[in-house]
Amino acid sequence: MTSQEKAKAYWKKNIQYVLILLLVWFFVSYGAGIIFKDFLNSFKIGGFKLGFWFAQQGSIYVFVILIFVYILLMNRLDKKYGFDE
Amino acid sequence: MFETLDVQYWTYILVGLTFALYIGIAIWSRASSTKEFYVAGGGVSPWANGMATAADWMSAASFIGMAGIISFSGYDGAVYLMGWTGGYVLLALLLAPYLRKFGKFTVADFIGDRYYSNTARIVAVFCALLVSFTYVAGQMRGVGIVFSRFLEVDINTGVIIGMLIVLFYAVLGGMKGITYTQVAQYCVLIFAFMVPAIFISIQMTGNPVPQLGFGSELIDQPGTFLLDKLDGLSTDLGFHKYTEGSKSLIDVFAITLALMVGTAGLPHVIVRFFTVKRVKDARKSAGIALLLIAVLYTTAPAVAVFARTNLIETVSNQPYTTVPNWFKKWESTGLITFQDKNNDGLIQYNANEIENELVVDRDIMVLANPEIAELPNWVIALVAAGGLAAALSTAAGLLLVISSSVSHDLIKNVYYPNISEKLELIIARISAIGAVCVAGYFGINPPDFVAAVVALAFGLAAASFFPAIVLGIFYKRMNKEGAVTGMLVGIVLMLFYIMKFKFGLIGGVIPDKSQWWFGISPEGFGAVAMCVNFIVSIVVMKFTKAPPLDVQEIVENIRIPLGASKPSNH
Repeated sequence: MTSQEKAKAYWKKNIQYVLILLLVWFFVSYGAGIIFKDFLNSFKIGGFKLGFWFAQQGSIYVFVILIFVYILLMNRLDKKYGFDE
Repeated sequence: MFETLDVQYWTYILVGLTFALYIGIAIWSRASSTKEFYVAGGGVSPWANGMATAADWMSAASFIGMAGIISFSGYDGAVYLMGWTGGYVLLALLLAPYLRKFGKFTVADFIGDRYYSNTARIVAVFCALLVSFTYVAGQMRGVGIVFSRFLEVDINTGVIIGMLIVLFYAVLGGMKGITYTQVAQYCVLIFAFMVPAIFISIQMTGNPVPQLGFGSELIDQPGTFLLDKLDGLSTDLGFHKYTEGSKSLIDVFAITLALMVGTAGLPHVIVRFFTVKRVKDARKSAGIALLLIAVLYTTAPAVAVFARTNLIETVSNQPYTTVPNWFKKWESTGLITFQDKNNDGLIQYNANEIENELVVDRDIMVLANPEIAELPNWVIALVAAGGLAAALSTAAGLLLVISSSVSHDLIKNVYYPNISEKLELIIARISAIGAVCVAGYFGINPPDFVAAVVALAFGLAAASFFPAIVLGIFYKRMNKEGAVTGMLVGIVLMLFYIMKFKFGLIGGVIPDKSQWWFGISPEGFGAVAMCVNFIVSIVVMKFTKAPPLDVQEIVENIRIPLGASKPSNH
């Protein structure tokens, strides 16, 4: 691969990762925490109604996990394409 | 001895110790070049930057205000919890790594260079200044409240002491001094927030983890969950159920989005990512920052539930003559007011405005919480030190943005490009002094629209910076015509909506909720203005010519992480 092709392939993969992670980001917060909140509230974990829990707890945990997954994926990608520093 | 020492002495001791620490760090980390002043030399470790970012981000509003707001709004408080954390996902995935690779000093640097236009740069500077001044006024106010309540000095004296401390380390050390004091301030504020939360969680539910505690059963009523009890107490007094909100779905959606996007577009947060060495350090420190922020943000809703339940149980239908000491103390600051409307000597607290006799300012919930729960005096004092750490760390970060906007973006890059580094550094320091004075002025004479302007700050960041930066990175064809028009339309639309629906400046009266466009409140309108910015930018771009080749090369270059640590020409 020329360096230009490499850069292109790297960028394409990066966009793919970002889109998938943002999809999860959207579903836990806007999905579970807001749009489907009332439906999820009919389930309970411990003393929490599930929709309420996603809105005030769960989504934040998932956000943290998402960034660390991204870090892991990108560090691997950097190495694979030789863009690691 | 620990039991008998007065709250005020404890506060003097803890606040004195933490202030001495900040001053010590400032002396140790003086800045000697513009690079040190603006971006701490660009060699901050990811952990230090993560901690500094967390302290930078968590302001008086997060520490003092947020749990109180949630406490009074229940489920609806989720807009702040998700909005002010979810923005970090956008920051980490869409902005931080690329801006670090671009590698200059300010957000206006990026906008100005990427859109090869000083008009774009000046628009960016204007937004950065507006957003930062709005914010900093709130911080200084927070400092004043803590001082007046806990040290019983005049609010104005409190603000001036706070100003002097920030002045000392921000002017002396620039970003370098700010970074390392923020690391210390994170430790102070998180400790101060967690200790009372853990105490109260054990007291009420027996569970030492507040995040689990507020979903547990009550220790004095086994079999009853705390949240169910609070739902019951709330409906008994005529409020909506705590776990259900009163805002409409579309408004909750829009506010959350506006806050998330606004967070990712705030200049004082973005510049923190210029201070690390490599692109992968920028990603890593975004993750660490959110992890550290999440500690407070997942505890705050628990604190809100504990405080709300305790407040209702302590005061509702109790005789005024036997109220605890903290009630009287806060009453003297005017932040709690009681008016015995039916002259029965009892405190009636409920949702009916005509019958209700008690008004509690939501800003005092966190500060009063340890007293309401009768925790030891040193814990109460610790909360005061934590509140100050939160307010000062954010104020310092904002002051740096203000000073670099003036000295670097305007003077160096627009008006006098040939200025020497030494002179630029002097100007940067003078602007920092000027900014502290303006902030102090707003702290002493707070505009009564502080809360409204905060909505404006997020709305503006969402409507201006976020689309311009994201398009600048992900859309190579985006040109200056598109970006500048998009930003201007976004800002004007946002300003118009706030003026009309928040201040009533258009038409003379504040229109009713039913008039809101799409049912979206001014707080959430940033989400709409952002979408409009995106659409306008892309449409205008389609009809104008592509950016020059060297700019397209910049875009290709920032997409590749390699080479960020090489020294670049500034």
